[in-house]
Amino acid sequence: MKVSDLSPEELNKRLAGLGLVLHIGPFVVLIQSSIDSIFRGISRLYASYPVATDDVFVDFRLAFSPSVGVRRFFRPQVHFSFDGLQPFVPLPLNHAFPMFEWALNWCIAKHAHQYLIIHAAVIERDGFAVILPGEPGAGKSTLCSVLVNRGWRLLTDELAMISVADGSLAPIPRPVSLKNESIDIVRRYAPDAVFGDVFLDTKKGTVAHMRASEDSVRRVNEHAQPAWVIMPRYTRGSDSFLQPGSKAQFSLLIANNSFNYNILDEQGFTMLTDLVQRCDCYDFCYSDLESAVQVFDSLRPPVTNAE
Amino acid sequence: MPNNSADKLLRVLREPALLATLSLADWDLVVRQARRSDLLARLWVLMKREVTDLVSTAAPHQHLLSAYQVSQKQARVVRYEVQRIDRALREINQPVILLKGAAYVVAQLPPAEGRVFSDIDILVPKAKIDAVEQVMNKHGWETTHLDEYDQRYYRTWMHELPPMSHIRRKSNIDVHHAILPETARLKPSSEKLLAAIQLIPGCDNVYTLSDVDMVLHSATHLFSDGELEHGLRDLVDLDSLLRHFSSKQEFWERLVERATELGLVRPLYYAFTYCRSMLLTPVPEMAYKAVLSLSDFSPVTRRAMGFLLDRALLPDHESCRDGFTSIARWLLYIRSHYLRMPLYLLIPHLIRKAIKNRKSSAPLNGQELEKS
Repeated sequence: MKVSDLSPEELNKRLAGLGLVLHIGPFVVLIQSSIDSIFRGISRLYASYPVATDDVFVDFRLAFSPSVGVRRFFRPQVHFSFDGLQPFVPLPLNHAFPMFEWALNWCIAKHAHQYLIIHAAVIERDGFAVILPGEPGAGKSTLCSVLVNRGWRLLTDELAMISVADGSLAPIPRPVSLKNESIDIVRRYAPDAVFGDVFLDTKKGTVAHMRASEDSVRRVNEHAQPAWVIMPRYTRGSDSFLQPGSKAQFSLLIANNSFNYNILDEQGFTMLTDLVQRCDCYDFCYSDLESAVQVFDSLRPPVTNAE
Repeated sequence: MPNNSADKLLRVLREPALLATLSLADWDLVVRQARRSDLLARLWVLMKREVTDLVSTAAPHQHLLSAYQVSQKQARVVRYEVQRIDRALREINQPVILLKGAAYVVAQLPPAEGRVFSDIDILVPKAKIDAVEQVMNKHGWETTHLDEYDQRYYRTWMHELPPMSHIRRKSNIDVHHAILPETARLKPSSEKLLAAIQLIPGCDNVYTLSDVDMVLHSATHLFSDGELEHGLRDLVDLDSLLRHFSSKQEFWERLVERATELGLVRPLYYAFTYCRSMLLTPVPEMAYKAVLSLSDFSPVTRRAMGFLLDRALLPDHESCRDGFTSIARWLLYIRSHYLRMPLYLLIPHLIRKAIKNRKSSAPLNGQELEKS
């Protein structure tokens, strides 16, 4: 059963009551909230996600509650709680849905050390994946959004999860968060893409979320093999071209962009170096999205070394 | 016990083999209670030790393993920091005397397994405190809480320097010159503790307290401290220490004797009582009776403290609360201050603290996930 199979009343009843339990990527997530923007965000952007049956173990319980008492009338806020603790500063009530997205990222990055987790987008084609590490302002999310509307499958736009067990990338398709001008740019390049509400004046500016395709949600259990690490560098007026990067530098880059590299200790180091060894590593300069798409289309998987 | 589900984590701690038989609903409670009590990593250790045919890909197990990985990392950090502290204190010929968690890790004692660590606590003689502060400053640690009142609070009234933080590595150290504040009602002699320190095998300048002193310190800290949200974890430490040392020659006799000598019989009484009732620690009947009669309680006090501690020591999770839990914790919080300071100092202090808390800094700004 999917979220879209629930009537709006039933969906709201679960969310506002004991919680709605969803399968998101490899995790089982319970979301509890009576706040409207969360209801709208879930019903629109998580429509095709499976609802969990009763006899399942919940990995993360997230609750979002509005301010109570007098605060309700005067700049009300939303409070995130995880197992009774409030790890975040409260945000304005109308930013509840973006807060949910950020909160879920936090839960995963802090607690899922069966993966090496890197701040990067991951897209896949024919079983091979590109990891796009996320320096702010480099255009990772914009590029990712356009590519997943041109034949690439979305694994994630934020949390690249590399399985400690076998080095594969675990999908966690979620709404792609876009900021400011990117929202309009992506709407132009992908007129069929579905967007949620637009949130103004967040700490990151204007934020909106693009729904992940049904295909990417359906294929949530299909892991991918990392083949390329491509560092996007949006440069106004530039041609689109890939520049091979130094593997040593890319190792450092990935370590610096990782959430839990230091917890995984020696194993993390080995995983990192293995990753960089077997992937083709590039810096990618671009300004025009159409020619960027063509460059990605021309990627061929690296030849694997026999040893 | 307030209610039935509060039992879950406790039963598993007492009998780790139960971990192999938990239903998913049980796991759900156990994981959440353990996470709030900082005992999730400990459960992993217990599970590996006691459950021989382990299937470790089950979802609940992942949470235990992740918590264990975090605790391993913290232990590595502690060992590294202790080396750096040693380097500093050697310059003034001062031994590094580790307390609590750091002591368990470096001395490889059983409580260290699956333990969560944050700050490092060391003990130094009062006469050397200024020299220690200076050499620590030289090596990059500076005191936090720079407000004048706070400085005075720590230095004059409490038993430690204000917490020190390393400017680059952000590691935290608490430098104590006694295990309880100057102003407290109980006054265990620091000189006696320092006279009994033990060198850690394999080290040449790093020490722990003696076995009985370690137990007494842990008990005193737990039962004088106001913040019992992590009380269960401290009790697990105590249980682990007692079981480990119980095979040593005349350990229980020495423990009771030392408690009497240092004036710490009452915390030891609480330690025995709650270790036995909550974790089934095998405290010999003789030792228990001795402490009971020496602790000189009125039945009223005993009953009242029992009521409070029965609730406050449970995991700080909604499944483990009843109507009285918050009050119990609050009363114990007040009591801990009452034990630390006389009333004429306590009241202004609490007022000031209440005002400050309103302005205190908030937790994470969630939009910026910290990277490693």
